[in-house]
Amino acid sequence: MGTFLLSVFALLVPVAGIALFVYIVARRLAPLFRAAPDFRFDNIGKRLFGLYEYPHHRMPRPGYELSGYIHITTIICLGVLSLQVITLLLQGISPSFSLPFLDKGLIADGYRMISDLALTVLLGATLLALYRRVVLKPERYDVPERYGKNKTFPDAVLSLGLLAGLAVLDIVYIASGWRVDVYAGADTHILIPFTGTWITASVFSLFSPTANQVVHVLSFMLLIVLIFGFVCYLPFGRFFHLVTGPPNVFFKKIKKGSVKPVKWGITDDKLDELESFGVKKFEDFTWKHMLDFYTCTDCGRCSDNCPATTVGRPLSPRFISIKGRNYAFSHYPLKGSFIQNEPLMGDVFHDDEIWSCTTCGACEEECPVTIEYIDKIVDLRRGMVDDGNVPQSLQKPLSAIEKRGNPWGKMEKKRGEWTKDLPEDCSVKLFEAGDTAETLYFVDSITSYDDRMISIAKATAKLLCAGGADFGILGKDEKDSGNEVRRFGEEMLFQDLKNHNTEMILESGVKQIVTADPHALNTLKNDYAGLPPVEHISQFLARKIKNGDISLKSVEKPEAVYTYHDPCYLGRHNEIYDAPRDVLDAIPGLRRVEMAKSRDRSFCCSGGGLMLFYEPEEEERMGVLRVKMAAEAGATVMVTACPFCLVNMEDAIKIAGLEGKLEAIDLAELVERHLDK
Amino acid sequence: MEILVCVKRVPDTAENEISVSSAGNDIERGDLVYSVNEWDNYAVEEAIQIVDRVGGNVTVVAVGDDESEEILRREMAMGANDGLLLKDGAFDGSDGKGTASILKAAVGKGKYDLILTGAQAEAGAAQVGGMLAAMLDYPYASLVNKVEVIDDKKLKVGREIEGGNQEINEIELPCVLSIQTGINEPRYVGIRGIRKVASVEIPVMGASDLGLGADSVGAAGAKVKRVDYFVPEMGAGAEMLEGSTEEIIDKLVELLKAKGGLK
Repeated sequence: MGTFLLSVFALLVPVAGIALFVYIVARRLAPLFRAAPDFRFDNIGKRLFGLYEYPHHRMPRPGYELSGYIHITTIICLGVLSLQVITLLLQGISPSFSLPFLDKGLIADGYRMISDLALTVLLGATLLALYRRVVLKPERYDVPERYGKNKTFPDAVLSLGLLAGLAVLDIVYIASGWRVDVYAGADTHILIPFTGTWITASVFSLFSPTANQVVHVLSFMLLIVLIFGFVCYLPFGRFFHLVTGPPNVFFKKIKKGSVKPVKWGITDDKLDELESFGVKKFEDFTWKHMLDFYTCTDCGRCSDNCPATTVGRPLSPRFISIKGRNYAFSHYPLKGSFIQNEPLMGDVFHDDEIWSCTTCGACEEECPVTIEYIDKIVDLRRGMVDDGNVPQSLQKPLSAIEKRGNPWGKMEKKRGEWTKDLPEDCSVKLFEAGDTAETLYFVDSITSYDDRMISIAKATAKLLCAGGADFGILGKDEKDSGNEVRRFGEEMLFQDLKNHNTEMILESGVKQIVTADPHALNTLKNDYAGLPPVEHISQFLARKIKNGDISLKSVEKPEAVYTYHDPCYLGRHNEIYDAPRDVLDAIPGLRRVEMAKSRDRSFCCSGGGLMLFYEPEEEERMGVLRVKMAAEAGATVMVTACPFCLVNMEDAIKIAGLEGKLEAIDLAELVERHLDK
Repeated sequence: MEILVCVKRVPDTAENEISVSSAGNDIERGDLVYSVNEWDNYAVEEAIQIVDRVGGNVTVVAVGDDESEEILRREMAMGANDGLLLKDGAFDGSDGKGTASILKAAVGKGKYDLILTGAQAEAGAAQVGGMLAAMLDYPYASLVNKVEVIDDKKLKVGREIEGGNQEINEIELPCVLSIQTGINEPRYVGIRGIRKVASVEIPVMGASDLGLGADSVGAAGAKVKRVDYFVPEMGAGAEMLEGSTEEIIDKLVELLKAKGGLK
């Protein structure tokens, strides 16, 4: 009778637990079925490999090693223990159940020993995680006042407490069972000394066989209740990532540097037919972006690395996700009707918050569960642009780009004027005048017009000459590449710029494109289609130096210490980290140091393109923090490879009072000065 | 509330390099880009916001040629309901009074409770709004930076006066207001918005439609004629700083320091 009742209990708890879990998850997923489409089913092989590769690359990033390794350990332990839990659940219903190879024999005993070890390690890892949460309290978990109450802390403690409780109960269950077997004279596996199971079984040797039997049955009953209690609690908080994490990583964005189309499945020439643009209400997000909200672990790594958060702009990527999740929870409740189609801007997200992002990509680089922020920000901006809600500071440059092809409204015919005082042995061909050449130098707006930045254009032209390139420029036929126009949400203006430039480039008949502006590089490479290959001047230089076409003389200032600042659109978005460093290191005698934040951890200069015009609320300038980092690294010359970085750094050096101690220079300018003619 | 907003197509000062033409009576117009007069854009935004609050209809009207249609569309993309283009060869060369007469005739063809103009346009004369009000015998407030609807008979309007002071007036409808910049934050009009209204029909009215005699408007009716247009000669004590922006700033800072303006 007792066994029968136990079997009924062992059947009812999982059935009820699974039914409840399915119900909760179905309600949670409801908005995903009302969401915008998102195409994530390509590159299946790459995606599967990502599931394996991703965790151990992303989780223990420098500075986050402890939490990273706790996670990796936990994932391995849970993987090992899954078989034990399946067996345990099914044995409750049918005591003779066993998985293949795991009943008796060497493999079965081996597995039991490993799972004993896994349980102990899991308990240790969970307690360590609790210790971090409760005692160490890393700063990035703090919730600023303006985001309301800290709901993460109780959620985290409860989830971790439940997990630790599960591990303890499982240990008690296994140890008491082992004792019962020993008393009955049955075969048992060897307990590894000092594991939780070993310690518990040792303690249980003090008790009678009956007592052990009672503990075994009671711990089983409690364990299955707790297992399903834990599972059903997952969708209520940050531990939902145990369920949504793997699919979220599987469906991650594959193409770096690109921006999602306005609507998946709508080609650029059909955009005019769309009723509305961008995200205005929650249901305008794609299903993957909603999955991102659910998957956020609230770990705060994004905001920890976000330059906007760091300088006190009203943006914290972490709370983009948290607010999105809170919205989903409150508008798609577990019971009662759904509240749909409410506007997001003003209530959930705020104008300044959404305009504050420089799209530098630091948050996405850091997120351990591959949450996307840039595409969401761009979609929200598209919605605002569509509603006419654009800051006055951005309206002027946008209208100037529309009319004149550059944000300052300078005359088209002056776009190529920088070429006029180049030396005679370096002439730049002009496609607008009917010249032909192998290579197009795409200059882009700031480098064509800005008094200071035309020096980058001149240096780039001289380097192309020195490398023997047959090249020309589009001159007045070139318009702004539109990298920021697109990322600031003005998609139709971007489409016009893209179509115009594409036509002009194809008409010129060039075989390749080179640029010194990473923003142009990014959009030509990742947003445009059907163009010849595009490269950055640093790549051209690295190649020409390597094959001996360009040789460099000894460093002008042997006493100077150089550091290289990775522009976001060259580094993170296009993964060009080594070419510029190789070029610098090819200058004989140049001393180079790295800043603490470099390569994929580079700290944004303040943003380029339209970001130069935006007037953010902030306590400090990103550029000022960045030049201080260079000074801290002991550098006296900061080399960058982007005209916008140079604008921001030169301003920041003045503001930070580092004039005379630190100077900024573009890679092209520096290399041009070291050409060994 | 039925609102008529008068708008003008002007060379965009921010996006052009303005120089005096060789004939000396106009600017060089070859390479110019045009847009809606900035003040008018604020007036249209204000009209849209009033209609959003109390209901009604916004009509934008321009005196100009075919190309003025572009700015009417832009303002319609912003949210104005209707456009009206007043175009006639006879209108060419109108002085301020001529333009006001044409607009007055257009007002007569509709039924408007409120007429808004920009405080001024690119020529800086700031005359059409006042003349239009006088011709219509409507009350007029200039340089308005705040509009509040009291009821369908009265408005409360704020005006910026000398020294940054503010005055508030009640004004009876129908009336004419000339709108100052800064009264609101005009919404952005993107390419997409303009395309949406690209095929909307904009009615055109000429001198005969408006019942205007050819000699009362245009060059024939103009009693003010521009006779010269030039860059003033540099007087004593004036100095033009030359060089790159950086150099100009350095020189300026030096000068200010030398004269004791900066310490």
